[in-house]
Amino acid sequence: MKTLVWVEHEGGELKDATLNAVTAAAKLGEVHLIVAGSTIGGVADAATKIAGVGKVHVADDAAYDHALAENVAPLIVDLMGHHDAFLAPATTTGKNIAPRVAALLDVMQISDILSVEGADTFTRPIYAGNAIATVKTKDAKLVITVRGTAFEKAAAEGGAGVIEAVSSTGDKAISSFVGAEIAESERPELTSAKIIVSGGRALKDAETFEQVIFPLADKLGAAIGASRAAVDAGYVPNDFQVGQTGKIVAPEVYIAVGISGAIQHLAGMKDSKTIIAINKDEDAPIFQVADIGLVGDLYTVVPELLEKL
Amino acid sequence: MKIIVPVKRVIDYNVKPRVKADGTGVDLANVKMSMNPFDEIAIEEAIRLKEKGVATEVVVVSIGPAKAQDTLRTALAMGADRAILIETDEAVEPLGVAKLLTKVAEEEQPGLVILGKQAIDDDSNQTGQMLAALLGWAQGTFASKVEVEGDSVNVTREVDGGLETVRLTLPAIVTADLRLNEPRYASLPNIMKAKAKPLAKKTPADFGVDIAPRLETIKVAEPPQRQAGVKVGSVDELVEKLKALGVSA
Repeated sequence: MKTLVWVEHEGGELKDATLNAVTAAAKLGEVHLIVAGSTIGGVADAATKIAGVGKVHVADDAAYDHALAENVAPLIVDLMGHHDAFLAPATTTGKNIAPRVAALLDVMQISDILSVEGADTFTRPIYAGNAIATVKTKDAKLVITVRGTAFEKAAAEGGAGVIEAVSSTGDKAISSFVGAEIAESERPELTSAKIIVSGGRALKDAETFEQVIFPLADKLGAAIGASRAAVDAGYVPNDFQVGQTGKIVAPEVYIAVGISGAIQHLAGMKDSKTIIAINKDEDAPIFQVADIGLVGDLYTVVPELLEKL
Repeated sequence: MKIIVPVKRVIDYNVKPRVKADGTGVDLANVKMSMNPFDEIAIEEAIRLKEKGVATEVVVVSIGPAKAQDTLRTALAMGADRAILIETDEAVEPLGVAKLLTKVAEEEQPGLVILGKQAIDDDSNQTGQMLAALLGWAQGTFASKVEVEGDSVNVTREVDGGLETVRLTLPAIVTADLRLNEPRYASLPNIMKAKAKPLAKKTPADFGVDIAPRLETIKVAEPPQRQAGVKVGSVDELVEKLKALGVSA
């Protein structure tokens, strides 16, 4: 089987989520990539180095900048003339593009796969991860989005992919990029961080959240997350949110501070390797999934932790 | 401008789904069903656009069993003008739903179709994007802000790194994310009034669309359960455990 994997990139850098999708694709067959956008030479070079990749299709056109689905989908549909499966990371970009590709190919997409059970069979979460479905497709071609936390990252070095320029399908002129407010941060990205320190509603307000959570995260070189309650209360922006409606994360260590552990939140972090919970309510549901729990007041525990670590 | 809002009847978001013992699916017998929460947000946005004078009519559509009428009545009570039920007892996949909605959109000629970004049962997150593809329209997915300006709409999208704004030519598709708005509750007088609003009934066969499923569900299982670990009694113990995990400054 020949697979085509969407290379996600931003600011001239290849995004890590691509590497997890490559691992999933490799379980199906040959891995080819598509890099689309303008001034993408660096990304294309990085893509050729990913372990195990074959052709790296490069579509150099500003129409593909910002991954506008209206322009990108026809390009992928063209390439699917000689590929059997299209895989994209289940990021907001992948989730935006892949179903558009699937409908144009008359294929039912398989969203957010957790495993490859066979050439046509996959597992995927339903009901916010409260159940896992095994599905088998009857479609001749596959369109898949890949849950990053369920697959290891392919090695970013060691590959010998070959760049092949592909002609542009042009600008469909029905959509355009206006602007973005992307948070700039020195901290690791939530979805690829090894350690995450997350705060909940117990942090009271934005200032307290910053005073308590930020220093602990920075001391540990961790990314910062938050529960939906904390985001809705305005303590931190929505891109910090971990959970069913936020980001799905699976770091080595997840430290939940003042988070009760609503199903919604657990759905986004329960695949973390080690979960540590600090909460003053000993009956909080977070303790049912935590590997290490400390019942205590976060306002005394966190400063003491900061001092002793 | 007319706005179409598709809605889905799903298990209520406060109910914890239980996997059937025979592994064929999730048990929906005697379980509270409600409107998909993202669809409520989509309806609220459409009604607000009507209240602002941008939209003239809000039409809600549901594809599902006869009971989906309750969901449509809820939408009418919130403020939608009329409803269409495409009745079927089969589970229709996003691709099939998008094909049926394409036919509805061709008949109704809306300026906007606003959908929830995903249904909380199958979590596919596909229908809006597929509908946009089949109609050849632009799509603004995961919207947190929608502003119609003349013959285009600016949609602010919730993306992984923050927010992004795109401008789409109308007609267009918008899918609603959580922070787009807070849906209103239907008042009792409006619930009564909704009973008199028009609700047309159709079947998939009326549209001549093939909605046969492409995916076969082999089994549905409980996810692996995490075991609760240990509780430590002091920060010192916690620090010791953290250091054992390689977590230290």
